Amino acid sequence: MVKRIVVGAHYGLRDWIGQRASAVYMAIYTVIFAIAALTLPEMSYEAWSGLFSGGLMRFLTFLFFLALFYHAWIGVRDIFMDYIKPTGLRLALHVVVLFLLFGYAGWAAQILWRL
Amino acid sequence: MSEATARKPRPKHLALHEIRLPLPGIVSILHRVSGAGLFLLLPFLLFLFDRSLGSAESFAVYQSVVSNWFIKLVLFGLLWAYLHHFCAGIRFLLLDLHIGGDLEPARKSSKIVLAVSIALTLIIGVMLW
Repeated sequence: MVKRIVVGAHYGLRDWIGQRASAVYMAIYTVIFAIAALTLPEMSYEAWSGLFSGGLMRFLTFLFFLALFYHAWIGVRDIFMDYIKPTGLRLALHVVVLFLLFGYAGWAAQILWRL
Repeated sequence: MSEATARKPRPKHLALHEIRLPLPGIVSILHRVSGAGLFLLLPFLLFLFDRSLGSAESFAVYQSVVSNWFIKLVLFGLLWAYLHHFCAGIRFLLLDLHIGGDLEPARKSSKIVLAVSIALTLIIGVMLW
């Protein structure tokens, strides 16, 4: 049995739930998107951009991206925690990944709201 | 059985070439590998998404990029990574809910995950190719 002193802020439950909640949302979105995309009458710019220009689909797609980036943050952080032992390097990589994902979120917003 | 395993000398280190990973273990490590691959190629996927929605001209650029056979191969690999991550993820969510946690169902569901994700990759991949 692992003995530890149970004090402190939290033990990762929030991340555990966040990873699963984002996964469930992405799974539902994936099915909706796949049906909508595969039943497009033709693969043209008008049809493809029309798919995302509606208010609801734009909102759901942006939410998908946010869920994706949050999910990726937890997953990549877990990989670094498992394999990158030097603390300084690991924390530096965490910062790089966070910055990247914040940048991607801005990029995704720009792509969707330019339509 | 427990006596037999107790007498066996315990491995002192993780010799990766000696470890025979059971099927659920293969699904698990592929879940991690596919997730890492998808993360690494996120900027490329966002670039494609950006070009495909920018304008009619950039859409033409996007179409010429994805018509390259090597890019198609990469996207085919990413499609598998996404679908494997998707199927294995659903399996893990069910395990979290204590569904299929016994040895036999767990082995069976890992087979299903591997088979369904490859089958879906082939079906959707051929539709899009």
